[in-house]
Amino acid sequence: MRFERRDHRPLALVIATPLIAVAVALTLAGGLIALAGAPVFEAFGKIVTGAFGSRLALTETLARAIPLTLTGLAAAVAFRARLWNIGAEGQLYLGAITVAGVSAHLLGGLPGFVQIPLLLICGAAAGMVLLLIPLWLRLRFQVDEVVTTLLLNFVAILFVSMLIDGVLKDPMAFGWPQSVPVTSEAMLPKLVARSRLHWGLVLALVLAVAVHLVQSRTAFGLQSRAAGLNPAGAVFAGVPLGRTLVLVAMISGGLAGLAGAVEVVGVMSYVTTELSSGYGYSGIVVAMLANLHPLGVVLAALFTAAMFVGADAMGRSMNVPSYIADVTVALSLLSMLVAIFFTQYRIRR
Amino acid sequence: MSENVLNIANVSKRFGTTLANDDISLTLAKGEIVALLGENGAGKTTLMSILFGHYTPDSGEITAFGQPLPPGKPKAAIRAGIGMVHQHFSLAPNLTVLENVMTGTESLWRPASNARGARAKLMAISDRFGLKVDPDARLGDLSVGEQQRVEILKALYNDARILVLDEPTAVLTNIEAEGMFRTLKDMAAQGLSLIFISHKLDEVMATAHRIVVLRGGRMVAERRAEATSKAELAELMVGRAVHRPRREAATPGEVVLEAEGLTLRQGGVERLKSISFRLRAGEVLGIIGVSGNGQAPLAGVLGGTLRRSGGDLRLFGQPVGHLSVAEVIEAGIGRIPEDRNHQGVIGEMAIWENAILERLPRFARRGLVDRKAGLGFARRIIDGFDVRGGSPSSRVRLLSGGNMQKLILGRNLIEHPKILIAAQPARGLDEGAVAAVHERILEARRAGAAVLLISEDLDEVMALADRIQAIVGGRLSPPVSADTANARQLGLMMAGEWDESMKGAADAV
Repeated sequence: MRFERRDHRPLALVIATPLIAVAVALTLAGGLIALAGAPVFEAFGKIVTGAFGSRLALTETLARAIPLTLTGLAAAVAFRARLWNIGAEGQLYLGAITVAGVSAHLLGGLPGFVQIPLLLICGAAAGMVLLLIPLWLRLRFQVDEVVTTLLLNFVAILFVSMLIDGVLKDPMAFGWPQSVPVTSEAMLPKLVARSRLHWGLVLALVLAVAVHLVQSRTAFGLQSRAAGLNPAGAVFAGVPLGRTLVLVAMISGGLAGLAGAVEVVGVMSYVTTELSSGYGYSGIVVAMLANLHPLGVVLAALFTAAMFVGADAMGRSMNVPSYIADVTVALSLLSMLVAIFFTQYRIRR
Repeated sequence: MSENVLNIANVSKRFGTTLANDDISLTLAKGEIVALLGENGAGKTTLMSILFGHYTPDSGEITAFGQPLPPGKPKAAIRAGIGMVHQHFSLAPNLTVLENVMTGTESLWRPASNARGARAKLMAISDRFGLKVDPDARLGDLSVGEQQRVEILKALYNDARILVLDEPTAVLTNIEAEGMFRTLKDMAAQGLSLIFISHKLDEVMATAHRIVVLRGGRMVAERRAEATSKAELAELMVGRAVHRPRREAATPGEVVLEAEGLTLRQGGVERLKSISFRLRAGEVLGIIGVSGNGQAPLAGVLGGTLRRSGGDLRLFGQPVGHLSVAEVIEAGIGRIPEDRNHQGVIGEMAIWENAILERLPRFARRGLVDRKAGLGFARRIIDGFDVRGGSPSSRVRLLSGGNMQKLILGRNLIEHPKILIAAQPARGLDEGAVAAVHERILEARRAGAAVLLISEDLDEVMALADRIQAIVGGRLSPPVSADTANARQLGLMMAGEWDESMKGAADAV
């Protein structure tokens, strides 16, 4: 048995790939649920109703999909240009703390329609800066950005931890390490009343479409793809490699920083070191599940969010550890990676 | 030379609708070198893959040393004493030479590997065949020629008595290739039997005892080397008489590109040392030389990818500073890169995207790519330059080397460049494609383009160039006229003996 590279990737196969991957992951997760002693189909039913079955469930799932879409886009954009940004988690935190600090100490008095856009820009800028450092190291000294972006996550989170226990500590928080909150004008309006779902959803969808258009229609999109696929060929064709990667890094880091900013002004209003439940890392999974397609990222983020929210509910009512969600998401990533392989290769005997 | 070590009988193999091997029979004697000659796609590699057990034949039988070889079992082929040296090496760059050679020879369950014994065996083989190599060098640090030596050593280490080499010179420089063939002859003299796959007539004639020609999956001829000629082999290989075109006489126009004292330093090393030349409209200036002597830096400086460290460049009489790739193209300079797969195309992108990538300013309006215009441009290249095997939106990776080169030529020539910088334009192409590429270059010359032809292939330069300069160690020799130059003189020029080469050639241009 050998693997042979496919000449063409049939469109149907490309679309079916993530669906098959998810189905395989769910089947395997079903086995684990059975091992935990719960009836499998009932448990899956509970996951679905837990994620979509009520107004509360649905809004919660959508609210969770917002940061996942943004970090998923961050990863997808970077990976397409072969810039391995593993640092979305740190960029998210830096974006979040920037928003809290700027709102509390600089822009607090401004009305919402001025303050919110400025805050989002500040958050995105913070994320950009955190990714431009490792990119500079790569362009200047050929330092592998996988290592630097990954390790900068810890630096960023510890930096945030220092701030929220120091200069940005909320004096009203009874000693809890949390940051000063953004002013009430800075909070994004809710999309659905009495829920956690806010206008960040619309922002995330618009950005997904925007990223898609940039990648598929613009000269920059073509150049960044060329730079990722074959740097030597891109240079020969006159693609400014450094400049292209800097732009890619700004988009990717900016989106990750924005994810943190939106989480603060949309949901939390303040920053703790538990702000992100691993959104930065899950974003990588989301991007891979979407095969790095920006519109697919939206669907992948929705699936991942639904798994987390639904499995939580299922775990509570059926006494199955809710870690099953993490396991399922991880399994779908693994099966997606195998599935992607089979969209590119066929088996020959 | 009488004892038959290998017997391939009536082998056929079909892929889908194409018959890759059609009833091929072949024998190999002890101590014999057989060349398997044929164009790309003639079925050479398929036949050798069947021999080595990578493919199972649809019919036919193979016997090695009198024993039938079970089909589809590479392990059995190795055990029978057949070794294969692949065109793309199957070695690990992060391991040492010794580790690479030992890989796969020891059981995974052995508690400790017998490195000392392996080293002794490797050194013995290395001495016996004159394949010098440092067993502790990291493979990735070796030159391509040395890596190939390791690949051969690996086969010999596995006690191969029949060695199959797939296009062994495709990745080597001329000098490395000559050394390689001396080694092969030496190995045959010591009783090994060799099959080497090639489409280069020179090396086949110089090395093989017997030549088997494949075309379209069939064996069309078998000749003893002393009983055939290059012309006959070329005709057998292509199926018709191929004539590489030659330039006709022409009067060059004015100087369009002039370099004066060009230098390039990279990381403290002087790659180009005061290079001067003049290129006229309607002429081909050939730059010959063994690769690695400054060809790539020269093409880079002229093509906009490298910034010169010093010297003057005049374009159409006007002094110019560093021009970016976009400016170079805007100025009407076409570029054919030395390494087509690595620099010339981006394999995973569509033909139309590859066609417009270096001309993005023209095919983008306010930052948006004009896809329709791009597809139309690609369509015109495909039709006008006979690019086969793909539509504008199919990926470039699917094209054969010759068609890829036609695409690269096409995207330049369709714009009627005033200057064409062509680096190794026919490298690795088969006879038919070489003729097509040469014809296109001469066509551009007729249309008044100035062509700078950077090439290692003397036949190519003699056929196309009006004047010839040699590049040696980053320096450029004075030009000679191609009409009066002979092989000896060009050889001396390439060796850097310029004064010597000028003797008796008073008519330096």
